[in-house]
Amino acid sequence: MKTLYDKLWDDHLVQTYESKEALVYIDRHYLHEVTSPQAFEGLRHKNLSPWRLNANVATPDHNVPTTRGDSFKAESIEDEISKIQVMELDKNCNEFKILQFDIESKEQGIVHVMGPELGYTLPGMTIVCGDSHTSTHGAFGCLAMGIGTSEVEHVLATQCLKTSKLQNMQVLFQGKPQEGVTSKDIVLHLIKLIGTAGGTGHAIEFAGSYIDSASMESRMTICNMAIEAGAKVGLIAVDQTTLNYVREHSDMTQEDFEHAQNFWTTLHSDEDAIFNKKIIIDVGTLKPQVTWGTSPEMTVDFDENIPNESDVPLDQVENLKLAKMYMGLEKATTLKDLSFDRVFIGSCTNSRIEDLRSAASVIKGQKVSSNIIEAIVVPGSGLVKAQAEKEGLDKIFEDAGFLWRDPGCSMCLGMNPDQLKPYERCASTSNRNFEGRQGNLGRTHLMSPMMAALTAINGIITDPS
Amino acid sequence: MSSEIIQGVVAPFDRDNIDTDQIIPTEYLKSIKKFGFGDYLFDGWRYLDKGLLGMTSNQREINIDFILNQPPFQDSQILLARDNFGCGSSREHAAWALRDFGFKAVIASSFGDIFYNNCFKNQVLPIQLSKKDINILFELSAQSPQNISISLVSKELTVGSDISIPFNVDDNLLNRIIHNLDDVDITMKDKGSIEAFELSYSQKRPWLFK
Ligand code: SF4
Repeated sequence: MKTLYDKLWDDHLVQTYESKEALVYIDRHYLHEVTSPQAFEGLRHKNLSPWRLNANVATPDHNVPTTRGDSFKAESIEDEISKIQVMELDKNCNEFKILQFDIESKEQGIVHVMGPELGYTLPGMTIVCGDSHTSTHGAFGCLAMGIGTSEVEHVLATQCLKTSKLQNMQVLFQGKPQEGVTSKDIVLHLIKLIGTAGGTGHAIEFAGSYIDSASMESRMTICNMAIEAGAKVGLIAVDQTTLNYVREHSDMTQEDFEHAQNFWTTLHSDEDAIFNKKIIIDVGTLKPQVTWGTSPEMTVDFDENIPNESDVPLDQVENLKLAKMYMGLEKATTLKDLSFDRVFIGSCTNSRIEDLRSAASVIKGQKVSSNIIEAIVVPGSGLVKAQAEKEGLDKIFEDAGFLWRDPGCSMCLGMNPDQLKPYERCASTSNRNFEGRQGNLGRTHLMSPMMAALTAINGIITDPS
Repeated sequence: MSSEIIQGVVAPFDRDNIDTDQIIPTEYLKSIKKFGFGDYLFDGWRYLDKGLLGMTSNQREINIDFILNQPPFQDSQILLARDNFGCGSSREHAAWALRDFGFKAVIASSFGDIFYNNCFKNQVLPIQLSKKDINILFELSAQSPQNISISLVSKELTVGSDISIPFNVDDNLLNRIIHNLDDVDITMKDKGSIEAFELSYSQKRPWLFK
């Protein structure tokens, strides 16, 4: 009678309090340079050290330049303040003896891409990180969520998170998507449907025949964007696909794996488990999705009309007007009427090998439009980059006129040199189209890697089928 | 320090989905400090120019149309917004910026989950009210600036002499604000239970402890 979330919660419950709060044991704690310095400072101030060192894994990702090449060092970062932040992580990891894949490491990458592929994410774990896209790891049957910096300090010091239990929500994705429709389109469609607060206060379990047949990469893309639907936890039951991935990526002994597997195969919701909310979506009828506005819920079919004031409820008119003004949509009826300036393929949503393969598959032999100032492809990690290069994907991108970069968060957020200039319009595979997210006054349209690649070739939104 | 009453003029900010990227834009997250973010609160809306970490408010080009740049709201301690306030990024800098500006409470019809938690660690009280009550507060504020009094003890918000609105909040969370308690200190009192849990858990799931 338990949901997967209930099972994971019960398994890690250290103690409850009189109020709704409880203390939950944390198995894995990922750290990056932006949300950790103040937490380490807090530890130092209290004269504490990390409770269980081995639980922690760190890497810099938000601030790192993506044109590093070989033999780049943290000291080489031009932006003084970015440099300080990356070096501060070095200093803290050295001082507290925390395992870090630093900027010089071959494995360095966006923490949510790097963790699973190095086998640090294992089914059944509780996983936290000072980053809202920690929900990504839920794809492995984990209870994974983003936390604030005070909580980072708390987890370092106590190995526990103080939190309240969420409600359960189930989203069933049924059917087989049409050609050109990817996990990104499916999750954007969900957000359009339920809104960016649709999952607030809930853990969303994704299931259904589409999920059963989806790769781990696609599952990660979907769980990654659970937070954009308001849910700090997204999760998926463990099945053979999960086990195969873990066997390939972790360095567990055969004996440990088999032992663990007995437990891991119990990580699914019981048949009669009760969900507080349930949604069923037939993915077979979906078209590729693209955002038009400044919130991920402002999404349409790629060829659909952009909503007008008469299409939305009265209390939404003001939001719609503000978003349209910011996005410069005065003269556009559909997204096809817009010309794009930049293309970004990357971020913890869509920078895994499957994403790069899918983007490369639609551009072979073609050239990036002369209207596009820059189209960049940023692999999510050192291992993704190496694998793509082994498969010759870098050549396909470069021959078409894309720039092939080094791993990092890159243009997902304006923290490193990859940024939009004011009013530039970007086709982006990232997860947030908030005002200024990719650079002051920049305009972001979220879409799948395939759609972004085609937009680079044609300079406009193009039918992928 | 303890605070049981929050009092003052409420700044009405009539917008849904104010995400943490708007509360404090990304470029200011490069600081490694925990204080000094007040000048960058709502940066993209509050100023007409683009700022840099280290710049102060008086070096910037002010957007006089923005509510927090208009009297009497420059010194407001209570913010009123609509749905899904603080959605998006987990950055605690959003709570730090609100706190450093001087906000002690934010009233909205719903909040982003992570932001909501972050507030309690930083002496900012998020108050969730029904859409109906939120509407009432916006309507009153549209007539004239409203003084509000929030009692953390009776969990009640009063406007003028005849409107009072009760609100719900977890007592433990509220206590952290009233008594300015630190979570790590509180949890460390239960060190024994964590150790006991860890011991039995490590026997149950040995592969996690290798
Ligand atoms: S890629 Fe973007 S969303 Fe993902 S961790 Fe980096 S900044 Fe955050």
